[in-house]
Amino acid sequence: MAKIIVLTSGKGGVGKTTSAAAIAAGLALRGKRTVVIDFDVGLRNLDLVMGCERRVVFDFINVINGDAKLNQALIKDKRNDNLYIFPTSQTRDKEALRRDGVERVLEELKDNFDYIVCDSPAGIETGAITALYFADSAVIVTNPEVSSVRDSDRIIGILASKSRRAENNLEPVEVHLLLTRYSLERVKKGEMLSVADVKEILSIPLLGVIPESESVLRASNTGTPVVFNKDNPAGRAYLDAVARLVGEQREMRLAQPERRSIFRTLFGRA
Amino acid sequence: MRRLLDFLFPERRNSAGIAKDRLKIVLAHERTSRDAPDFLPALQKDLLDVVSRYIEIRDDMLRVNVGKAGDTSLLEINVEIAGAQPKPVKNGAAAHPKPPPAPRFEPEPAAPWVKPG
Repeated sequence: MAKIIVLTSGKGGVGKTTSAAAIAAGLALRGKRTVVIDFDVGLRNLDLVMGCERRVVFDFINVINGDAKLNQALIKDKRNDNLYIFPTSQTRDKEALRRDGVERVLEELKDNFDYIVCDSPAGIETGAITALYFADSAVIVTNPEVSSVRDSDRIIGILASKSRRAENNLEPVEVHLLLTRYSLERVKKGEMLSVADVKEILSIPLLGVIPESESVLRASNTGTPVVFNKDNPAGRAYLDAVARLVGEQREMRLAQPERRSIFRTLFGRA
Repeated sequence: MRRLLDFLFPERRNSAGIAKDRLKIVLAHERTSRDAPDFLPALQKDLLDVVSRYIEIRDDMLRVNVGKAGDTSLLEINVEIAGAQPKPVKNGAAAHPKPPPAPRFEPEPAAPWVKPG
């Protein structure tokens, strides 16, 4: 029986799709059969980030409406046999994603996968609620920045009240904090909220800290989830987060800045 | 070094610290109002109508909140009456039904930058 994980944030542009791609790929690298679903109807982007945009024929909405079979719409990743991408529609609107239809598709996927990773749209409207509704576990993607932290708090509240688990008085959705675009250098200068600050404010367990890194943009430029490129700090941080997600204990290592500041270059190890 | 810089240039005070303080305050407020039932504003208005039949009060002198004390949910109604004027009473009972709504309170003084007229 698959575990359903939603990547959500409230705020847009914090790295939900990048993180969904990286976490799904990371799970697949660990041998878990994983499907990553794009819930952002009308603003499809997971296909680009996963590098399979030219292979999309049928989508989530086609399957919900019965116009295509699930196995016609699922795209098998060319780099890892355990990984599948389930793209969404670019032309329909968010209301096309009806909850009963989504439930039917998820039930069918559950039998064939270990993990179902849902990439939520931004916002707190129908689309985002549908994406988080069936989740067993939620990864709250947050930037160390005031508006992102506030929106994360809001979405944590929504998970606690509007998810299927909340509505049916089941065990609550597990929530995890994934802090992205983190710059240790700026934190040290007092210019950016620290991991400890955000943890204290949101008071949810920390899944991982992804450093601001050139490799993230490079990965989306080329359509390769960042964990598939060896030796980059963001990829390593995502792999650590995935290890924690499957229950391993990993020490939290914070990546050092990629570039040395002028000050450091001039004065050595300051 | 940092402390010295902060001392010399106080305006450099760590903006992350400001962000944290601001977030804590705004979220503390939002978390309590988030779970508030939808009827609260209507209830507040009705209560205000009733109370203002008897005492002159301003809108902001009556506050309704839903909170928690341990395991118990609390509906908390605070009415501030210090300085409120009792309404004239007719025939030993409060005027009822309510007279046409005379201004219950002094209009807010215009902001100093708004020219009268």
